[in-house]
Amino acid sequence: MDSSRDNNESNKLLASVDWLTVLLYLVLVVAGAISIYAATTNSMSQVSIFDFNTYSGKQFLWIGLSFVIGFALLLIDRRMYEGYAYLIYIIMIVILIATAFFAPNIKGSHSWLKFGAVSIQPAEFAKTATALALAKLFSTYGFKLGHWRTYIVPLAIIFIPVFCILLESETGSALVYISLIFVLYREGMSGFVLYAILAAVSFFVIMLKFADQIVMGIPMGSFIVFTIVMITIVVMLFFYCRAVIPGRNVAIGYIASALLTWGLSAIGVSVNGYVYFFTVITLSIIYLLIAMFREDINKILITIAFAVMSIIFMFSVNAVFNNVLQTHQQNRIKVALGIMEDVKDKGYNVNQSKIAIGSGGVTGKGFLKGTQTKLNYVPEQHTDFIFCTIGEEEGFLGTSAVLLLFLLLILRVIAIAERQHTAFGRVYAYCVAAILIFHVAINIGMVIGLVPVIGIPLPFFSYGGSSLWGFTIMLFILLRIDAARAEYGTW
Amino acid sequence: MRKDYNLEKRKYVIGGFIVAIVAIYLWKLFDLQVTSNEYSQIAVSNARSVKITHPSRGQIYDRNGNLIVYNEPAYDLVLTPKDVTEFDTTTMCRILQLKREDFDLLWKNMSDPKKNRNYSAVTPQPLVQNLDSLTYGRLQEIIYRFPGFDIAQRVIRRYNYVSAANILGDIREVNADDIARDSDNYYLPGDYTGDLGVEKSYEKYLRGIKGKEIFIRDARGRIKGRYNDGKDDVAPVAGKDLQLSIDMDLQQFGEKIMRGKKGAIVAIEPKTGEVLALVTSPNYDPAMLVGKDRGKNYADLVNDPNKPLFDRSIMAAYPPGSTFKPSQGLMLLQEGIITTSTSYPCYRGYINKGLRIGCHGHGSPIALHPAIATSCNGYFCWGVYYMLNNRKYGGLEKSFTLWKDYMVSMGFGYKLNIDLPGESRGFIPNAQFYDKMIGKNQWGANTILSIAIGQGEVMLTPLQIANLGATIANRGYYITPHMVKNIRDVGLLEQYAVQHHTKVNSQYYNEVVTGMRMAVTGGTCRGANLPGLDVCGKTGTVQNPHGQDHSVFMGFAPKEDPKIAICVYVENAGFGAKVAVPLGAMMLERYLRGYSDEIEERANKWSDNTWMNDNQKKSTEDKPAEAKPATTAGNFPSRDNKPLGSNPEREKAVMVSPIRLISTSRHGLFKG
Repeated sequence: MDSSRDNNESNKLLASVDWLTVLLYLVLVVAGAISIYAATTNSMSQVSIFDFNTYSGKQFLWIGLSFVIGFALLLIDRRMYEGYAYLIYIIMIVILIATAFFAPNIKGSHSWLKFGAVSIQPAEFAKTATALALAKLFSTYGFKLGHWRTYIVPLAIIFIPVFCILLESETGSALVYISLIFVLYREGMSGFVLYAILAAVSFFVIMLKFADQIVMGIPMGSFIVFTIVMITIVVMLFFYCRAVIPGRNVAIGYIASALLTWGLSAIGVSVNGYVYFFTVITLSIIYLLIAMFREDINKILITIAFAVMSIIFMFSVNAVFNNVLQTHQQNRIKVALGIMEDVKDKGYNVNQSKIAIGSGGVTGKGFLKGTQTKLNYVPEQHTDFIFCTIGEEEGFLGTSAVLLLFLLLILRVIAIAERQHTAFGRVYAYCVAAILIFHVAINIGMVIGLVPVIGIPLPFFSYGGSSLWGFTIMLFILLRIDAARAEYGTW
Repeated sequence: MRKDYNLEKRKYVIGGFIVAIVAIYLWKLFDLQVTSNEYSQIAVSNARSVKITHPSRGQIYDRNGNLIVYNEPAYDLVLTPKDVTEFDTTTMCRILQLKREDFDLLWKNMSDPKKNRNYSAVTPQPLVQNLDSLTYGRLQEIIYRFPGFDIAQRVIRRYNYVSAANILGDIREVNADDIARDSDNYYLPGDYTGDLGVEKSYEKYLRGIKGKEIFIRDARGRIKGRYNDGKDDVAPVAGKDLQLSIDMDLQQFGEKIMRGKKGAIVAIEPKTGEVLALVTSPNYDPAMLVGKDRGKNYADLVNDPNKPLFDRSIMAAYPPGSTFKPSQGLMLLQEGIITTSTSYPCYRGYINKGLRIGCHGHGSPIALHPAIATSCNGYFCWGVYYMLNNRKYGGLEKSFTLWKDYMVSMGFGYKLNIDLPGESRGFIPNAQFYDKMIGKNQWGANTILSIAIGQGEVMLTPLQIANLGATIANRGYYITPHMVKNIRDVGLLEQYAVQHHTKVNSQYYNEVVTGMRMAVTGGTCRGANLPGLDVCGKTGTVQNPHGQDHSVFMGFAPKEDPKIAICVYVENAGFGAKVAVPLGAMMLERYLRGYSDEIEERANKWSDNTWMNDNQKKSTEDKPAEAKPATTAGNFPSRDNKPLGSNPEREKAVMVSPIRLISTSRHGLFKG
């Protein structure tokens, strides 16, 4: 009787597990282990892919163990995750802090805990704990993002591990948590925050990338940002404030002043860029302050605030870049922006990585036939730069397949999130999606030279038990929560 | 809990974000992997390490198959500075048997671009050259422990004879200019190239084709095996052997009899244009320009006041003197100015309108055959005078141009294009030359008449004089003289099989041959009368305004079916019959009769003849006339001579030297 009920329940569980996600997971981890084999095998000494002395052999061992972990997680009652979410979170924070102080120094970071022969990177597991805690918070009765005070607790949950991991000098892993902003956005945070982040990143890139050319006596970076700010003011007036007449007037003013300045320069009178932009933008703001009383005051104020903040941000970019970031971080950013072409030293990794991927062509050089990886031209090729091996040996077909698999997985996780009946399930699922998005975007972006080098692994691919188990646990908890959605029925 | 459908729409923003990222990355990957080609090339050049394998340089043989130049391997310790990591200097010094200071000094010299002009951090640089076999063996065992170091095999030239340096030339390391000028992109720093002689002119045949071995190289520069299992390797193709036309016996003999003298001997096989001997004196040992001391020895040779590197046989342009007269006789016969029965008066010289060109005692009037035999100045001066002033040509300019065309057709005034570098073109004046020097309509036949007897402006190289002999021997044509009669697998270059006919018909040559035979049997060259060899010859005694006369002999033998034509030119040796004729006769005898103790003994007597040294003391400032190629445009030959003597009246002339030579020579007494 009991056993038949158990059977029944586990049948129900198996039936409601999202098998597409499991399948994607299996494909990714196996492809990952094969890539690790390709990245680390020396063509001179052919050894078995399962040899436990090799990275790929070990990775298969980790994969086997992660199946056990995943299966075990499916068997745990989903209420356990919700019930112990805060506890798990607090334990994780304690471990992170302990790690920062007791871990040995490995390549400048203190993020690995050694237990005999086994090393564990707690930061890889803290992501899941933070996701659980955040989900738990949002499932608290009556909790809703609204007033600014309601942001204190969620932001604290996100940023406490960030500070702990920064203490370990693992900047890359710490940055991952920024992705949880997506979750706050989904749960009601104003879209302006994303908008502001996008604008800030763009301005930052533009300011640095075009710092050297001079237009109208000012750096071209500033010139472009001023122009974008002016265009944005007009666009916001038309489509956000719906203030057609002020929008039209401001647009006419901008165009007229630009033509005037252009005409002056044609007859030999050059106007300084700062003088021009400050005059024109200040005049337009004064006009808007007068005109706003006939319009939606709040929206016009927000528009003005955007303009003012943008310009302040613009002037602080260089100071932040030069004073806050460390030299190697500045160099990585410069390399990614193509400002620095130092293929021998600072840009060596990315350059060799691009050569490896670029030389793969459409179909690749063939399994185990990549010269760049075989001959160790690409550093960290079995961990952070694993994507190179795929690019070199499997070509564009391989890289696009991997990218699309990740896209499919992430979209599937988002779909899972939206079908949850509980805030806990939904928020947790969005946390998983956001973390995956960040890892995939940053890791692959770094390998193809679009993003500065930030040392984070490619989920399921990069060699390492901690990373694999971290993502496995994260994903299987999601599957367990998702599998239980039927237990609640529908509201 | 109620779903907020407004917020649910935000899934599109989040999903859209990752879709956009993936799209951008796919585009970038497409750009990297599909559009761009450069990365695969970089990856290949990353992974491949190409090692050039050098072919062995062609060997050089003489016409009888005697090996003259061959190769011997030499080993250098080289290093590629970029690839050198920290290494065990103690072991390295021990194996090289060098003190640390000496090693450091070598290193400093190697890495100093001022001392090592080919320095580059990415190509192998020589550190120690010519390793002995013991060091080579030890190094080979441990070289793998020194990344960036390698042993380079090099070939050095070895010589079987202390002879013929001017013909063989030498090889040296290429310099930056060679690499810049190399249109085949063959040379890399450290390669060797021919510098002088046939080593230079046949460089493309001798050097062969380089091979390559391709290895797989990892990121630290370690060799991991053969690329593509060695399938892309290319074996080097050995350079082609050369067979010279030189007879090394004759060459050595000629060098022996010229020892202690300045001058040249050129011997040509008339039928083929093959140069049998090309002697210049003083000469040097070709082995001097091999190995470590090359630089020092080369500098010594360059600074030697006797200029041993200056190959007088082809680079020196001398006045040919009376050896030039046969060419004038040929031209006059062809133009119908004279016949063999035409006689001109010569009472101790040519005396006409105040110009007197002296001559020596012989009967008068005199016809062509005895004029050649006695080397009469008057006869040829009258002949050329009448030709230049003959109205049928329509003026002096036209008749003189015709004269020039005859001379050019005989191989004078331009390079013969022998297969050796640095040949001089000599000098044959043309009408414009005199217009410019003396002034338009200011000169007449008499002004320039010394050209008729091979003086004045006319300059020939010993090679051109010998070629005149060969042309007469062939009765009217010559084949461009050449040093190489056979390139292995290629044969004779086609330009050395072409007969160049002069403007003079064959029958007139027979008349000149008769005169030259008479000169040997009863004229100026009696010293060359070798019984049974039917030698034909012509002496020359070249008036030299600042020193002893040059002694010249031009001839060939036998008269019928000639086997050898020769020019002997000895600077400051006096009367032609005194030195050049006996030397020439010995050369002919040695070639036609072969070795004999008697002739070797005779040759030894001439070798290092002490009277020469006395002569040379008298004329230490004498230098060979070095004619340079035309620098002015068009067909206008120019020459570069140092001012000779002084003549204040002519000081205003635009170009001083030739005029002075005329004026000096006009007042001098010519001997024939």
